[in-house]
Amino acid sequence: MLEIKNLHASVGDKKILNGINLQVNPGEVHAIMGPNGSGKSTLASVIAGKEEFEVKKGSIALEGEDLEELAPEERAHKGIFLSFQYPVEIPGVSVTNFMKTAINESRKARGLEDMPANQMLKLIREKSEMLEIDRKFLSRSLNEGFSGGEKKRNEIFQMAMMEPKLAILDETDSGLDIDALRIVANGVNKLRGGENAIIVITHYQRLLEYIVPDFVHVLHDGKIVKSGTKELALELEEKGYDWIKQETVV
Amino acid sequence: MDLKDKLLSSFIAFENNVDLDNPIHEVRSEAIKNFEEKGFPSKKEEAWKYTSLNNLQKVDFSVFPKQENTLEYRDIKKYFLHEIDTYKIVFIDGVYSSYLSETTHDGVDVCLMSAAFNKPMYKQIIELYFNKVASKDESLTTLNTAFSREGAYIYIPKNKAPRKPIQIIHFATGNEAALMLQPRNLIIAEENAEVQIIERHQSLTGNEVFTNSVTEIYAAKDAIVDFYKVQNDAKTASLVDNTYISQKDNSVVRVHTFSFGGKMTRNNLNFYQNGERIDSTLKGVTILGEKQHVDHHTLVHHAQPNCESHQDYKGIFGEKSTGVFNGKIIVDQIAQKTNAFQQNNNILLSDKATINTKPQLEIFADDVKCSHGCTIGQLDEDALFYLQSRGIPKKEATALLMYAFANNVLESVRIPELKKRINKIIANTLGVRVGFDL
Repeated sequence: MLEIKNLHASVGDKKILNGINLQVNPGEVHAIMGPNGSGKSTLASVIAGKEEFEVKKGSIALEGEDLEELAPEERAHKGIFLSFQYPVEIPGVSVTNFMKTAINESRKARGLEDMPANQMLKLIREKSEMLEIDRKFLSRSLNEGFSGGEKKRNEIFQMAMMEPKLAILDETDSGLDIDALRIVANGVNKLRGGENAIIVITHYQRLLEYIVPDFVHVLHDGKIVKSGTKELALELEEKGYDWIKQETVV
Repeated sequence: MDLKDKLLSSFIAFENNVDLDNPIHEVRSEAIKNFEEKGFPSKKEEAWKYTSLNNLQKVDFSVFPKQENTLEYRDIKKYFLHEIDTYKIVFIDGVYSSYLSETTHDGVDVCLMSAAFNKPMYKQIIELYFNKVASKDESLTTLNTAFSREGAYIYIPKNKAPRKPIQIIHFATGNEAALMLQPRNLIIAEENAEVQIIERHQSLTGNEVFTNSVTEIYAAKDAIVDFYKVQNDAKTASLVDNTYISQKDNSVVRVHTFSFGGKMTRNNLNFYQNGERIDSTLKGVTILGEKQHVDHHTLVHHAQPNCESHQDYKGIFGEKSTGVFNGKIIVDQIAQKTNAFQQNNNILLSDKATINTKPQLEIFADDVKCSHGCTIGQLDEDALFYLQSRGIPKKEATALLMYAFANNVLESVRIPELKKRINKIIANTLGVRVGFDL
């Protein structure tokens, strides 16, 4: 599904990604872990198409199609979804209206008519119930005055609405208490299975107890320095990242 | 002959058509003297540093329309807020149009200045209020005073409120190659009265129009006045709007100015607080492109204790447009416990767009809360990326962000249909359809 080859990316003169190779197949969940500043969020943003980052070398392909020339919205139309670490506040635009616009823009790009209003309402009801989101919440301005946890839950609600092929969750666990974490993980697991793939970016093993990954990768200095199965996450939790850094130096 | 000379000689012709025995005539004569002495303001004056009237003075404006012109309602319906029932005071090329208007004398007076000037029953009120809060030495205001003859006259007696909002619309037909208009409005809300007014100037062709408007608003004790200025005129129309507001104890006056159109617009909005516990609100959304120019000059004079003022102006400037915000707040020594807030935020969408923003605070009291802030920036790239990553194309995403930016100015609009209309104008101005009514 997603194939990243020798990816180098920079902001201005600063190199952040230094040759990432990653293959994600349909149905798989990959966790990307690593210390602060290792390039995790940059990798997520580069896949989603943030223009601030310049791809210097290498390629990203979704289902065999190179993404390099595609704008962020075109990548979204192809089925890429990024759950933001810091979702942006949009005053005056309700969660519901925002979702309507997002879904219908994606449909338009695929040559489909707008989703009928009753179908949209049904979808909103179904997904908000799954994430235990209060109806009142949906008429509030997007992310405005939301707590950290509400913002993250809202991100996963958006993901559930858009049903992406590839979801990238950037530090979705930060700001969530244990109950919210369970609800959010449940929402993510509903997307799981079949053809969809998920990349979970996190500092901690905690989220991975609920969203169990098929593979774990450790990012350091803009490179994947170690890959393994879910046991690697446990090992990291126990030993920290220093041993990996040392291993890399050697 | 330049415009000033033309106006001065026109005044003599104007006098032939008005009642010279009316005491107003003396006010007009004084006013024309002041204008003759001062002339049009030039860029040498601090208050006009960024707004030039030079080009306008070279245009051969006709000062009085030569004929009465008519318009069909169906052709101009879209300029009215027609979704709701309203009183209407409509002028075509400066002349009152009775068949497009809907006035009333049922408990309140919603009618014409010409009537108020000439009928004995209004004499006392005219003497009490006319040209009392308007400046007697600002040259464009005195120019308007000199030629004051027509406009909207709204009088709301004690404890009354008209059943519906009032629209004041000035149409320019373009039957004159270039037309100068000088409407004069007088709005009085007596004790505990309430009124909502929407004002619009609309040129219907590409011919040049220059409007020099003066509005006086008096809000007595406990009165509430909402005044909405919809400035979405043709790109060949220029407007100088001089609005003077006098407020008494506990009154609330809110003026919203929506500036999207026109070639050159200058808003001189002046609030005088002559009582305690007064609330004055000044809000504006400005969205410009091409070579449009809008200059907001505001003044809030806190002259009594325990009053508040809230100013919030948002501007979005594209292409080669220019904007000015100059917000002056005066707090007299006696005006303790004043709360005065001022905010001016701007987004520049192009390298060639310009905004000049200046707060001007003159505070002589020591126990006051005054805050002011101005920002000039570009659109937030992170926010744009967020929206795009949800599949919303860049153009629509940009429009949504600009809408969000201007949103809190719209929150205080108390006529929902007007708010909807303004949102539509914003969406049109930004050239987008976002799939729901903004």
